[in-house]
Amino acid sequence: MTDLPQQTQRQLGLVIDLDTCVGCHACVVSCKGWNTENYGAPLSDQQPYGADPSGTFLNRVHSYELTPETGPAQLVHFPKSCLHCADAPCVTVCPTGASYKRVEDGIVLVNESDCIGCGLCAWACPYGARELDLAEGVMKKCTLCVDRIYNENLPERDREPACVRTCPAGARHFGDLGDPDSAVSALVAERGGMDLMPEQGTRPVNKYLPPRPKDQIDEQVDILAPLLTPVAEEPKGFLGWLDRALDKL
Amino acid sequence: MHPAPSIILFTTLSGLGFGLLFWLGIDPTPPTGWVAFAFFAIAFALSLGGLAFSAGHLGRPERALKAFTQWRSSWLSREAWAAAATLIMAGLYAAPLVFVGTTFLPLGWVTGLLALATIGTTSMIYTQLKTVPRWHHASTPALFLAYALAGGALMSGRVTVAIPLLLVTGALQVWVWWDGDRRLARSGTDMNTATGLSGQVRAFEPPHTGSNYLLREMVFVVGRKHALKLRIIALVLGAALPVVLLLMPFGHWLAALAVLSHVAGVLTARWLFFAEAEHVVGLYYGKR
Repeated sequence: MTDLPQQTQRQLGLVIDLDTCVGCHACVVSCKGWNTENYGAPLSDQQPYGADPSGTFLNRVHSYELTPETGPAQLVHFPKSCLHCADAPCVTVCPTGASYKRVEDGIVLVNESDCIGCGLCAWACPYGARELDLAEGVMKKCTLCVDRIYNENLPERDREPACVRTCPAGARHFGDLGDPDSAVSALVAERGGMDLMPEQGTRPVNKYLPPRPKDQIDEQVDILAPLLTPVAEEPKGFLGWLDRALDKL
Repeated sequence: MHPAPSIILFTTLSGLGFGLLFWLGIDPTPPTGWVAFAFFAIAFALSLGGLAFSAGHLGRPERALKAFTQWRSSWLSREAWAAAATLIMAGLYAAPLVFVGTTFLPLGWVTGLLALATIGTTSMIYTQLKTVPRWHHASTPALFLAYALAGGALMSGRVTVAIPLLLVTGALQVWVWWDGDRRLARSGTDMNTATGLSGQVRAFEPPHTGSNYLLREMVFVVGRKHALKLRIIALVLGAALPVVLLLMPFGHWLAALAVLSHVAGVLTARWLFFAEAEHVVGLYYGKR
């Protein structure tokens, strides 16, 4: 049923640290690697080695140039995947019931055998989190690695989403954002975690931590600077003569 | 949004078909025999043809029947039900008209109401999308209904009704274009709310060097270059020319020409409806 649950027992999701992300795209690669051979249909590529390569990805990293009111511009790397919204508009538009939000943990999933590939859920998502797989004709999206996080065949440290597990910078965190005492909730509270496009009313579970303010150079801090002022304004001696002689030529 | 031919043909043809069914349904003195057959055949061909085209937009058309299951929450599912119900009722109403010549008006009224509901549900598929501020507005169902009613009146030969309806539709369309151009800005969604970053945000690098499904499907910016010319063409063909043709002494050839011109105009307007619609996901790519 594509009605959304009133509330979910847990709200599993990601916290993404825009301050720490170095934009290496390792999460993109590990996501594609895990999800192309596990839950559901593979993530196909079209012309991967051809003139116009494209493919299905559940996680993509954008990069933005941010120019603050004062101070120099900075580069912000911006990973984006499904935000597992509490009011997920992608779920309610689905005509077949293929899209649903799980009551037990809040994960938004697609039952691929019910998906007719109409694409309306991708239209309803403001974040571009859903992509229609061109080979399979069904909608693909982040599953929060539902086949890893509960997988008892994996060592315990691997029971988190592939993107989180692989991030070399520690910019991605996984946990229950519905539990105010969880580590991710504490992180969100401490760093001022924010929603993307809050005006869309989707109430995303995933939170983004804004870049920390950069140090500002208010005044001259280099103590050697006074010593670097030019010592001789006018060249004297042989160099002075050479300078004047060359000027006259 | 990508102006997919399948969806443009679907909304245009099914809109005309259900518009025609509305007028046939509420006609107090409906045609009978071969004339009724011709009218209903055209209406069925248009509405069913439109629905068939919509299947062309599906990744898995063989599962299309599953779309009937979620009528409680999904406008697309409601549209499937409304369309099926209209066609069944119209068939029940038309059969005695064509074969026996007897009229059972209440069935016609139900057909007319259901036809309106179908057009309404089609438009709600687009209106419900908060992600496309240009569509997320009460004027979207109004415009879909206006086009369908004007087109239906034109096709069923109701000259005196068609002329004012065409004029109203044209005027409404002009206002929707004018107002629609301002809706994205009015929605409050911009690159700052998209990224949560304050300051001036510029898309520096896209995630991939190539294109992707999102860009192909929802970030269509090519057609906006000729938008003004196409708007004028849509208005002239869709409303102005048919009104002029209808004002001339009535003849079947002129009426057919008016219908053809109207259909071409609606197709152009519908192309613009999709091509000009800005999906907010484009902001993540620094595009409108």
